[in-house]
Amino acid sequence: MPVQEAIEVNRRHWIHRHSLVVRITHWIAALSIAVLLMSGLQIFNAHPALYWGKQSDFGNPILAMKSEGNDDGPSKGVTTVFGRAFGTTGLFGVSTGADGEMEERGFPRWITLPGDQDLAKGRRWHFLFAWLLFLAGLIYLVHGFISRHVWRDLMPTGDDIRDIPHSIVEHARLNFPKGDKARVYNVLQKLSYLIVVIFLVPALVLAGMTMSPGLDAAFPQLLTLFGGRQTARTIHFLAASGLVLFIVVHVVMVLVSGVWNNLRSMINGRFDIAESRKTYAQKRKH
Amino acid sequence: MRKSVSTDRRQFLIRGLGAGGALALGGCDRLSDSERFDDVLGLAENLNLKLQRPIMGDALAPEFTEADITPNFKPNGTDNPPDKEYQALAKTNFAGWRLLVDGLVDHPLKLSLAELRSIPPRTQITRHDCVEGWSCIGKWTGAPLKEVLQRAGLKPQARYVVLHCADTMEGAGGDTSDDQSSSKQSSGGQTSGKHSTAKQAGSDKQAIRYYESIDLADAFHPQTILAYDMNDRTLPIPHGAPLRLRVERQLGYKMAKYVMRIEVVESFSDIGDGKGGYWEDRGYDWYAGI
Repeated sequence: MPVQEAIEVNRRHWIHRHSLVVRITHWIAALSIAVLLMSGLQIFNAHPALYWGKQSDFGNPILAMKSEGNDDGPSKGVTTVFGRAFGTTGLFGVSTGADGEMEERGFPRWITLPGDQDLAKGRRWHFLFAWLLFLAGLIYLVHGFISRHVWRDLMPTGDDIRDIPHSIVEHARLNFPKGDKARVYNVLQKLSYLIVVIFLVPALVLAGMTMSPGLDAAFPQLLTLFGGRQTARTIHFLAASGLVLFIVVHVVMVLVSGVWNNLRSMINGRFDIAESRKTYAQKRKH
Repeated sequence: MRKSVSTDRRQFLIRGLGAGGALALGGCDRLSDSERFDDVLGLAENLNLKLQRPIMGDALAPEFTEADITPNFKPNGTDNPPDKEYQALAKTNFAGWRLLVDGLVDHPLKLSLAELRSIPPRTQITRHDCVEGWSCIGKWTGAPLKEVLQRAGLKPQARYVVLHCADTMEGAGGDTSDDQSSSKQSSGGQTSGKHSTAKQAGSDKQAIRYYESIDLADAFHPQTILAYDMNDRTLPIPHGAPLRLRVERQLGYKMAKYVMRIEVVESFSDIGDGKGGYWEDRGYDWYAGI
């Protein structure tokens, strides 16, 4: 019986998992978001502090990255969050510059684009790829609603919702859906993708627009929505952090749930649902 | 056996991603240093300018109440021009200061502060957004630029209004006082958070002063004023005395301080490095609506 199962499951069972539009917009978004995050940190470094409301209360930032030093130069990095100070030398506030010396800056050079402090270039990268992400996202959403991809593939059903606790446990065990169950996104996937495309990225775009003095004149409703330009800036940063969290989990999940199968399906669309069964059969043997 | 193969693959992928990421970042840095790629990066500025203008129309930037005024509106950039000529004017409370209005105008003007104050003023409580990221709200009173330009009369070829300022940013030499130029360096004045690779100032180098430019659409906008009062007091030196520009639908670096002369031109390409402003010559966008 075990031998028979082994032969059966070695046969691949291909399905067409992702449409062309989904695949293309996915990679454009991935590239754009990478550039936006790194250039965004460069921009943040120009004034590495966050506030809430209409304006900046310099004495009471929500978050601030500072440096303390002596005549020889900055030596200690200090990050305050709601007033509480944390030592962050080498990472935030103070980190190694291109010349090997410690320099005063928010995020370190290995994560900003450009690496050097250069607000002008950082803004150029940021606004070009913001347009790219916006256009790719728009195409994805329009296609998603017309083709019912959003409604059919992303929207969780009642059964999905009831399955959430079980799905969390299975994910923690690295037990992924097999066979026919692998044809569709599981509920945690649905929820996280929905949160990203319907909430996080639109929030980022709107908050970004709200920081534009030109668009504030055209659409004062943006300021009403966010409660002020500085609130919008902070929400922009928080939503970006949420996106980073999603990306970390997403990439890890892609890696541990069959990386080649996952990558292949996002490149040429073909996904092998039998491969999952193969894993299952392996586990059975033990 | 299978398990170790997939682990190897995983490790390869993770290391590959890490190496790829480092390569990509280094590659991006080198890319953005090339001039032609910089032109590609600048495409978005054009797009934003072309799209925002029709969307904005004549809309006003948001205006606030007295209660919103920032108590500690920090001055940024130059806070005390080191130039000897400016310092001499400041000592007399700018009694001898005249605003020159020339270029493509029918009647060049030389306006004193008293004459500027006699033009029906506009007062606005607006939010100043610095390109660095912070915002402060202040109350400004000044002469609408439109009124000044109409008195001078624009020639048909006029396209841009260039504002020449008193403060020397680089190449401090014989016309700035020595004390001031060294304090300018340490206060990090104009370099604040914005530009780290400032050109080295040589004493034989020509002084580079701040300047800015706007087009006629912004020049004639009701909220574009030449401000001489701030928060119900005479505009103080750190904030640009005797006169600073307000262009409320753009970022702070467009709002030139220490304005000495307004020059109406058809093109700004032969002023400074030709990009329309001190910061624009150093890589920032000319259109600062975003």
